[in-house]
Amino acid sequence: MFDRRLLQNFDWILLCLLILISAASLTNLYSAGGTQIMMKQVYWYLIGFGLLMLMTTFDYHALERLAWHIYLLTIILLVLVMVIGMISKGAQRWLNLGFINIQPSELAKLSIVIILAQFFSTHGEYPDYRLRDLWQPFLLILVPCLLIGEQPDLGSALVLAIVAFSIILLMKVRWTSLFILIATTLVAAVPCYFTLLNEYQKKRIHTFLNPESDPLGAGYHIIQSKIAVGSGLLTGKGYLKGTQTRLHFLPEQHTDFAFSVWAEEWGFFGSIFLLILYLFLILWGINIAKNSKDKFGSTLAIGITALVFWQMVINVGMTIGLLPVVGIPLVLFSYGGSSVLATMLGMGLLMNISIRRFMFQ
Amino acid sequence: MSSSGFDQISVEALNRRLFFVTIFVCIVFAVLVMRLWFLQGINGQRYWTKSQNNRIHVQRNLSFRGLILDRNGEVLVNNLPSFDLYISPDDIQDKERLLRNLKTLINLAPEEVSSRLKKGSKSNPFESVLVKKNLTREELVSIVTNSFSLPGVTAEPTHKRSYLYGNFAAHLIGHLGEINEKELASGQYPSSISGDYIGKFGVEGKWQNVLNGKSGGKKIEVDAEGRQLQVITKDPAVSGQSITLTIDKDLQALADTMLKDKTGAIVAMDPQNGEILAMASSPSFDPNEFVTGIDKTEWKRRLTSGTDSPLQNRAISGQYAPGSVFKMVMALAGLEEGVITPEDSVVCTGSYDFGNRVYHCWNKKGHGSVNLHRAIRESCDVYFYKLGRKIGIDKIAYYAKMCGLGTKTGIELDSEKGGLIPDSEWKLKKYGVAWQPGETISCSIGQSYVMITPVQAARMISVIFNGGKVYQPKIVKWIGDKKNESQSKPILQRELKVKRSNLEIVKNGLIAVVNEAGGTGGRARVKETVVAGKTGSAQVAGIDKKIKDNAWFVGIAPAENPKIAVAVIIEKGEHGGSAAGPLAGDLIKLYLGFAEEEKTPVSQDTPISVEGD
Repeated sequence: MFDRRLLQNFDWILLCLLILISAASLTNLYSAGGTQIMMKQVYWYLIGFGLLMLMTTFDYHALERLAWHIYLLTIILLVLVMVIGMISKGAQRWLNLGFINIQPSELAKLSIVIILAQFFSTHGEYPDYRLRDLWQPFLLILVPCLLIGEQPDLGSALVLAIVAFSIILLMKVRWTSLFILIATTLVAAVPCYFTLLNEYQKKRIHTFLNPESDPLGAGYHIIQSKIAVGSGLLTGKGYLKGTQTRLHFLPEQHTDFAFSVWAEEWGFFGSIFLLILYLFLILWGINIAKNSKDKFGSTLAIGITALVFWQMVINVGMTIGLLPVVGIPLVLFSYGGSSVLATMLGMGLLMNISIRRFMFQ
Repeated sequence: MSSSGFDQISVEALNRRLFFVTIFVCIVFAVLVMRLWFLQGINGQRYWTKSQNNRIHVQRNLSFRGLILDRNGEVLVNNLPSFDLYISPDDIQDKERLLRNLKTLINLAPEEVSSRLKKGSKSNPFESVLVKKNLTREELVSIVTNSFSLPGVTAEPTHKRSYLYGNFAAHLIGHLGEINEKELASGQYPSSISGDYIGKFGVEGKWQNVLNGKSGGKKIEVDAEGRQLQVITKDPAVSGQSITLTIDKDLQALADTMLKDKTGAIVAMDPQNGEILAMASSPSFDPNEFVTGIDKTEWKRRLTSGTDSPLQNRAISGQYAPGSVFKMVMALAGLEEGVITPEDSVVCTGSYDFGNRVYHCWNKKGHGSVNLHRAIRESCDVYFYKLGRKIGIDKIAYYAKMCGLGTKTGIELDSEKGGLIPDSEWKLKKYGVAWQPGETISCSIGQSYVMITPVQAARMISVIFNGGKVYQPKIVKWIGDKKNESQSKPILQRELKVKRSNLEIVKNGLIAVVNEAGGTGGRARVKETVVAGKTGSAQVAGIDKKIKDNAWFVGIAPAENPKIAVAVIIEKGEHGGSAAGPLAGDLIKLYLGFAEEEKTPVSQDTPISVEGD
């Protein structure tokens, strides 16, 4: 079953980009969290790269048939989290499997991409989608979004929704439908804000709009992160010498604010270097989508790429004060097992699509 | 090209859209880069300065430690305002210079400061480190006036523990000491950090968590010069609760004075409820010395010089052979077991032969014919040798244990010892050898293996005079500022199951010891009331024959409705009647209100009793 062409077509560029980003991540985690945190992440990466290789061994078209199974499994896991999930820091996000705690919301991001890719590849005959053609994908997105938002994990729910809508937008949607969609979203946002959001979530949006209003409370994170990033200047304070990091002024410095640590110690040039790695990764993902010879493959590739893109933009935007503080980690860079493993699964699929770009069924 | 509904048109359409996606992605990245440039390039200097000024300081507010009062509400221990020296490690600019300055200004050893800084930064990296407690006025002035050349050094107002009467009840009240690493790790002191002082001994130690309260603090944001910008969090300190002891200040003071220059212990107890009225142990110490942090070498010297261990509370952990004091238990046991009647008499020739050994009476000339009453009064050893043989060691042990001897009394202090009441089973277990009848003879006069503590002795006589009630000794009347009688209920451990009439017989014997001609305890007599008691001169377990006997007196008054029981032991005091008896008499006199105004603690009356056992 193993084909020599698979090896010839192996996507070394993708692998190299991933290795570079994970090396930067480990370097940074040693500074932000110490040896123990770094070593744990080393293990996550090792397992992650193993999973990545595993994901290339089968033809990704198998996922087209399995899409519904995966989707339903995800929903079951999300419901399980609500029922028997572990509560930590006020949210119920983790499932305890005995040897490991997993975050099904990370898995949900991947399965929504798969199910949407499956949907659009089997409904490929429509030239322009109207709103009424899209009720099915909307429902598919809504269920996990509500389950995750309920945990509450607003950040993950938001990522899920944005990525899903990015995929829908990429399929050709009628202009009028698009307009109605955006208008209703905006109108719906107002009651949602008052009914669905928790106090602390509202507060975050307030403080984002005016962080100086509460410099020691909710605005503290944004201000301290901006000081950390800004004080890095062009060349940074030097590795392991970030005062904001050393003195623990940065909140969650090995997870949500890992980028601030990097920016403080490596400066503008270091930050640009890291951003360029991400830019290459995303452009390469788009390229893989373009080269894929079927609609399922390219939609899948674009969805996975969108996942990386949006999570990265939301996180970095948050740490540099462009976006409100929503607790999502910098994908591939922050500490966190579930996030690394889920992302590596996605990268494995991307690799799979890339390897099979010249294969025909 | 034939897979899942993919055709040329949609490929081209998709590629066109992916082109726009690429442009969109590039624009977003450009925005991020521009923002980074805005933060790190254009405004970088401003943020850099901010990060340099960005320092959070944590200030601690120590809680006000609870007071310790005597039974009448008189303050024994309180807190006085004082200043402690702190160094904030973050603000040190030139460590070497700072250490030099501190050395010249207030003569602080640089090694000491260094080691404290090191320890402090390990446990709490952002907090100021306590370097010296209780600055003197002169030290405070030179620190404050030279603060400019001492960046990071502050003198913080606080309060220090003050023991108003020096070594007054030192063993009972206890002392404070700096928390050590083991205690920090134990988790028993949640609100204490390295450098804090905690109760280490006595009431201070046992009730540490009640007395201590909870320390508070505030987190403040300061600039690079340490000026306060903003208070981030504030956590008020919670004062500790006061503790009212059962001891009587005047009685305790007298007991402490009596033991000056002697080695021994005094316990005074309310026989009706077990409340400790006074508890003194000598040699003693001044707990105030621990407050400033006693010099380590000075300590070593004191602890190792001689064997008199000043930190030992002899009243509860001194285990002594009771000697003749034990005879009151023997008498009770004999009567209860029915092996003697009060009228049975024995001829004392001054010695008693058993096996191939001769057991002497303290009166070499012999007492002649003695019955129980006279045997108690004149403490005839031969009478009790014979009695012991009749009762047997196991029955002796049964009655002794019933009176609360040989086990811990349960007093709420650490380091209490139980003493020892031997029996045949114990001997076999411990030495693997059967009990020897000769050993019973020695035990019958409170020698050999028999060991009790002074607090057990005071309780033993209380039990005989209060109708057989064995109370747990209490030292805390109540906790808190308000009088709370519900907390001061006596704790009855058990009641003796003996005949009233037998108790009366023993009581009469003990009254005779003090009040009848020929009694060994005449020196404890108080003319205004009836004192009862028993003398004892106990040999110190046979290491060295030349060591003088320990002198015991265990007394109680008034005999009919007892209000105070006293146990006095003077190590190497030789004769209980002369060395310990007068002390007990004076304590009783003071407590019952018969003492003359002039307070000569130890009266040297002309002897009115037989010099002896």
